[in-house]
Amino acid sequence: MIPELGYGAAIVALALALWGAVTAALGARTGRPALLLSAQHAAVGVFVLVTACFALLTYAFLTFDFSVRYVATNTNLGTPFYYRITGVWGALEGSIILWAWMLALYTVIVILRHRVSARAFYPWVLTVMLGVLAFFLLVMTVAAPPFARSSPVPADGRGLNPLLEDTGMITHPVALYLGFTGLTVPFAFALAALITGRVGDAWITLTRRWTIVAWYFLSLGLLIGGWWSYHVLGWGGYWAWDPVENAAFMPWLTATAFLHSVMIQERRRMLKLWNLSLVILTFGLTLFGTFLTRSGVIASVHAFTQGAIGAFFLSFLALVLLTALGLLAWRWDALHAQGALDSIVSRESAFLLNNVLLVAVTFTVFFGTVFPLLSEVARGVKVSVGAPFFNQVNVPLFLALIFLMGVGPLIAWRRASLDNLRRNFLAPVLVGVVAAAGFFALGVRSAIAVLTLALTVFVAATIAVDFARATRARLRVGERLFPAMRGLLLRHNRRYGGFVVHLGILIIAVGVTGSQAWSVQTETTLRRGESAELAGYRVRFEDLTASEESNHFKVAGAFTVSNGRVLGVLRPAKKFYPQEQSPIAYVDYRLGLNEDIYLVLGDFARDGSQATVKLLVNRLVSWIWIGGLVLTLGALLAILPERRKGA
Amino acid sequence: MKGRYATAVLLLAVLVADPARGAQAPTRAVTESQVHEVAAELRCVVCQNLSVADSPSEMARQMRAIVRERLEAGESPARVIQYFVDRYGEWILLSPRRSGFTLLVWLAPLAAVAIGFAIVSTLVWRWTRRPASASTPPRVDPAMRERIRRETETEP
Amino acid sequence: MSRRAWRWLIPASALPVLALLAYGFRVNPREIPSPLVGRPAPSFTLTAFDGAPVTLEAQRGRVVVVNFWASWCYPACYDEAPVLERSWRAYRDRGVVVIGVDIQDTTEAAQNFVRDFGLTFPNARDPSGKVSVDYGTYGVPETFFIDRRGRIRAKHVGALTDGVVRVHVDALLAEPAG
Repeated sequence: MIPELGYGAAIVALALALWGAVTAALGARTGRPALLLSAQHAAVGVFVLVTACFALLTYAFLTFDFSVRYVATNTNLGTPFYYRITGVWGALEGSIILWAWMLALYTVIVILRHRVSARAFYPWVLTVMLGVLAFFLLVMTVAAPPFARSSPVPADGRGLNPLLEDTGMITHPVALYLGFTGLTVPFAFALAALITGRVGDAWITLTRRWTIVAWYFLSLGLLIGGWWSYHVLGWGGYWAWDPVENAAFMPWLTATAFLHSVMIQERRRMLKLWNLSLVILTFGLTLFGTFLTRSGVIASVHAFTQGAIGAFFLSFLALVLLTALGLLAWRWDALHAQGALDSIVSRESAFLLNNVLLVAVTFTVFFGTVFPLLSEVARGVKVSVGAPFFNQVNVPLFLALIFLMGVGPLIAWRRASLDNLRRNFLAPVLVGVVAAAGFFALGVRSAIAVLTLALTVFVAATIAVDFARATRARLRVGERLFPAMRGLLLRHNRRYGGFVVHLGILIIAVGVTGSQAWSVQTETTLRRGESAELAGYRVRFEDLTASEESNHFKVAGAFTVSNGRVLGVLRPAKKFYPQEQSPIAYVDYRLGLNEDIYLVLGDFARDGSQATVKLLVNRLVSWIWIGGLVLTLGALLAILPERRKGA
Repeated sequence: MKGRYATAVLLLAVLVADPARGAQAPTRAVTESQVHEVAAELRCVVCQNLSVADSPSEMARQMRAIVRERLEAGESPARVIQYFVDRYGEWILLSPRRSGFTLLVWLAPLAAVAIGFAIVSTLVWRWTRRPASASTPPRVDPAMRERIRRETETEP
Repeated sequence: MSRRAWRWLIPASALPVLALLAYGFRVNPREIPSPLVGRPAPSFTLTAFDGAPVTLEAQRGRVVVVNFWASWCYPACYDEAPVLERSWRAYRDRGVVVIGVDIQDTTEAAQNFVRDFGLTFPNARDPSGKVSVDYGTYGVPETFFIDRRGRIRAKHVGALTDGVVRVHVDALLAEPAG
């Protein structure tokens, strides 16, 4: 019953989406409102139907309906309730439904918000959104049908991938997909701008909040992914430059570049071509990401599957890129820069440099990701491009970007006079240099760590200088301290939201530096009662316990951790799932502000007399998550509605 | 320039007594950090994109033990790595060699920055050479001018 | 090219990248070609489950099929175990020897596996994994076909079938010895 209902709903949704896209386009060309209205209704219909599909699939999961093949492969009678809901998007077919649902949701929001305010663009925006939605519905009905029947109907399912039985599973895909799908909206507006010829600032102003929101969700998705990797995968790291991680990182980089370069277009009416290209590139990279995750073309820890679905995504990517870039070439003449720059030393230059660096990192990551494929094509030799490469080449670029984070917001538009430079930067530069010396004196010997930390201090100082000066100006007019600060933040929420986001990035940078430079680890075999020591921590192996859980068998080791005084007992475990060939490591850890202690259980003797344990003391990793929180606050501040009255 | 984050010198695990290990005496003392450095360059063959140093898998543990044994026997890190390359091919290197075809991937970032910088420099040069008349401020009509005066004069 | 035509380079620039990605469908990123094919097979000495020593050198002059397996490798190793046993029985009098090497496993589970499938060819455990690394193994099951002069001539990744074994072993048997 459910499979038929779901499949039917998907087919109708696909038909509606295609109908809507065509009528919206016709409505745009002919200007007839009836067509546009029909397209709107179709979009709402699609949203309702996709919601129904989602609900049906969730229902099938909750009721153990193994007649649906997707349910049978991703859950079994022992799967806990929690994961029966989140497992809906745990594999390929469900992830497509999630994506399609979010696209449909965004389309409805676009209709509600822009039907009146963006009348010139709206029909084409609707066309593009429905067109993209139609593609994902096509995948859902043809290439990866979630409602395919299983025959014969098994008595028990296979079970969810054990690595996905985690809270990260609830939030990571949701956040990431909200980001990816959200980037469709600026793309749709960009195409609308190209088609209608209105390539000025209007489309940028209309999509500013969309871009920030999508960018924010993408950032959140990446951070949660890092957190999930850190506490589930058992290797003590949070980012491995895995191809699929890279595929999510690249649109983030170009979206960040876009957020900055639009400010130049808003102020100086330049870079129209560049901004349009960036948005197209960002959306293209988003599609590339879905292609990479689902096609199996490059091996990755995420790769869902192989098969025809890859061809679908590649074809769509080709269609999108060629169409969008073709439109860009068509409107070339209208895209020439009208303005001029006054001086090389200016905020415009800083932003341009920022863009160059971000796009350079994007290119590096892209090239490194596809290089194994290129090597095989060119000379038939398989190579790997992994973390050591990406870390080494990207570090200098990131350091330069951090430096620019300090320079950009404070340097003057148009032309920065010597006086302006001195006023804004003398103190922060001095503070940065002193900090560098200080860190060196404290014993930091890694050149990169000293540089990163000093630059962080420099940027933080520039933010402090700016905020202090602005606050002082308000105090001079008679305001009191806290109302002045609050007023500043709310009145200029874009600027200070940006500053807070920068602060968040700085905190993350410190966390990354610390964890890379100062984390230590060791691996040892202990007998019952024996201890190992690392970085001031003493870990004593107490014993092993075995237990039968609802859908797996667990062997946990009890280790008492102390650093002078007893801190607690950690229980890293190995979980044996019937559907998995090898056991899954379950990490246990104790988080701290400055260091985490982290244990991974290795081999053990059957009688519990000894166990191998890997001990890690990771430094400053928590700063990464804290930085993420600060980033959230900054993004929230930046998207607040602009205050008209003085505050 | 290696540019690699230096791992702090690790404290060797202090074991109370471990007869399981003590059978043969190594010919050269090798620290965990040395094993870690070599293992970090090798790709764990059963994982996706993890190094042998990081991977929690059984195979990686065995490979780490082989690395340790070879280092203890006096082999240089480069020789140990070559041993793995001879058996698995270049694919086992987590970071491609800086020579031959794979040099391309190392040059890519430099090329990207250089080309980007060149383009931006050219454009900035061109744009700063434009005649000033191209950037005259927009004309403001009297009604707007009045509004501006009112707002700036009444603002606290 | 006229000035107007240069602009079409922009969409055209996407084509090489798309072509490269399309090529990706023809390759399998998980299949790594072995650099050992054509080279002398690394020697090893292991102890079989029945206690007898198993040495590669002792097999010089015979065609050797070295199969890496594990008891947890389901379904591939389970599918190919009968194939190996059949091949062993068919070819053992023709100068072919089958050697099974058990990796990343426990003795108990491995012995159960051997007993359950009634395997009569020599099976030994590689406790430290040194032999598997020596052969560049990156998963199970993997099988190496070694000629009479001790050189690896072929590597097969994944479960064996009767056909695959026949093709490789017959070819190596047809070669002159020495």
